[in-house]
Amino acid sequence: MSGPGGIDPTAEVNDRAVVVEDLTRRFGSFVAVDHVTFDVRRGEVFGFLGPNGAGKTTTIRILAGLLVPTSGRGTVAGFDITRDTEAIKRNIGYMSQLFSLYNDLTVEENIRFFSGLYGVPRERREARRDWVLEIARLEGERRRVTGELSLGYKQRLALGCAVLHEPPVLFLDEPTSGVDPISRRSFWDLIYHLAGEGTTVFVTTHYMEEAEYCNRLALMNRGRLIALDAPERLRAGMREPLLQIRTNASARVVEALEKTPEVIEVGMFGRAVHATVRDLSRGRDAVHAALDSRAIPYESIEEIPPSLEDVFISRVHEEGGAPDE
Amino acid sequence: MSPESPRSDGAAVKAPADRDVDAIRVEQLTRRFGDLVAVDSLSLSVRRGELFGLVGPDGAGKTTTLRVLAGVLRPSAGVAIVGGIDVARDPEGVKGQLAYMSQRFGLYADLTVIENLEFYADLYRVPRGERAARLARLFRFSGLEPFRDRLAGKLSGGMKQKLGLSCALIHEPEILLLDEPTFGVDPISRRDLWLIVHEMVARGVTVVVSTAYMDEAERFDRLAMIHRGRLLALDTPDALRRGLAGEILAVRVAAGRARAARDAARAIPHVRRVAIFGDRLHLTIGSAAAEGPAVVAALRGAGFPAAESEPIEPSMEDVFIDKIGADAETTGGITRSGA
Repeated sequence: MSGPGGIDPTAEVNDRAVVVEDLTRRFGSFVAVDHVTFDVRRGEVFGFLGPNGAGKTTTIRILAGLLVPTSGRGTVAGFDITRDTEAIKRNIGYMSQLFSLYNDLTVEENIRFFSGLYGVPRERREARRDWVLEIARLEGERRRVTGELSLGYKQRLALGCAVLHEPPVLFLDEPTSGVDPISRRSFWDLIYHLAGEGTTVFVTTHYMEEAEYCNRLALMNRGRLIALDAPERLRAGMREPLLQIRTNASARVVEALEKTPEVIEVGMFGRAVHATVRDLSRGRDAVHAALDSRAIPYESIEEIPPSLEDVFISRVHEEGGAPDE
Repeated sequence: MSPESPRSDGAAVKAPADRDVDAIRVEQLTRRFGDLVAVDSLSLSVRRGELFGLVGPDGAGKTTTLRVLAGVLRPSAGVAIVGGIDVARDPEGVKGQLAYMSQRFGLYADLTVIENLEFYADLYRVPRGERAARLARLFRFSGLEPFRDRLAGKLSGGMKQKLGLSCALIHEPEILLLDEPTFGVDPISRRDLWLIVHEMVARGVTVVVSTAYMDEAERFDRLAMIHRGRLLALDTPDALRRGLAGEILAVRVAAGRARAARDAARAIPHVRRVAIFGDRLHLTIGSAAAEGPAVVAALRGAGFPAAESEPIEPSMEDVFIDKIGADAETTGGITRSGA
């Protein structure tokens, strides 16, 4: 296949599991997704963040073939998101935090059930079952009743069932919510294993500790894509410095800084107050002045590196605040 | 055990000094449900005015502990003293000392925001003359004022949580117990919830918060890490971090190469533990300054040149893994939780 200008586009296209351009979805007068453009390479773990109502779920539903866009174009695993929605549904896997496992079936019985549901050819079922048991490290539990498994095991089983039909694209919704950190890392090992074999993974989450595991993060607000980069680059790229004020009077500090124009965002963090400012030196001076003029005591004011959550909140604020605010 | 036994120095039965320091004292608390030991010989104390965290995964025993402290569940064994009252002996007395927000807080979906608040103010017998000031303060921190006439059933999840917390706080308790208040809440609403909590702490209220999210552990004055009903560690976030053996070096490798690089890193002698985070590896080593360059060179030698490398602060997740690590690694990195 030869593209325009003699460039063979297949290599690049094959490397991109998901491409969307100017994706827009309206519900009546409400614009849920507003001219969103991005692409995701094959084998990438791609995180979707944003406050409730930001457009994440609508975007995911379009990518999963459950909704068609009002305008814009795109492909998922090579299938057109407007025309080929049935093919897309057969080529994706989905696991939500409320996984659909049957608690009264054994591990093996759940796998058999989902093999049938996803139309895995009969001659492939045994091989797929063994593969799932192996990668999810569930061989020793195959005859156990699912309801008796710990949360970590259940999450890995649910993931295994979601990929029985070898989907090139996988969607996960807060997949490791509530699990202990060792089980979480064990789950992510499995995700990276799948990604290493070429599965493209979308993760939606409200939790930065899950977001940290993604190769790149897309932050949405009010239907628009407002940031897209690797987690540590988002942190490094936060434009506004973050100040930490140590004080015994945090409520009064917050009240004072909310009225200080140099301060963009203010929040309490334990005993300390965190304030995002427009400019480091002017911001620091303004904070000193605001506290001194009101005789509010404090121990120190220092710049600290932002967390991913700080970046998230700052970006959402810059972009007009969350829909609920 | 007899807390009322006379002391040899003839001091008062309940030493006032102790009561000033500890808002909550738990000794060898055990709670069973049939064969399941949800809380297993747990001992801890919470100081007055402290923001204290119960941190652990689902099934660790956090909810059971809080329900015992709230006087809702009786302990199977051990003692829990809350605000000077033994919860097993006087569960009703304890309830007057505290506010408890469970995961399913009883909001009335068919009442508006302000009607729910008024309802709880009646229930807790908040004097009429004080209501306006309390509502104003709760509205200020919750951001719920613009929604005061909206039905509670029509609020978003985050706003429901904020309303539940505001209802629990309307009677200005001395002790506040919050069971996973930020569960399922988006980061913007979560920030507002924390603002309400921190404001209560700033006013001198003792607050105990449970959470499964390790990144929230940084906010607490002190925290108890709980796993399978047992106490793993109890200290300030800084002290827990300092207690971690070794340092963490974050290394960025080429896109899509993290798994192979992780396997290579495991073979490097200085490396005690490796975790993948996107295109970065977190390597636990003895000293980033002393061993970091050798580790980066060994990775490069194995075919994984580091685009960037930097020592990073360990997270509470790293600490938690360290505390349960030895136990879990012998079972292949998989934990079985009892609940």
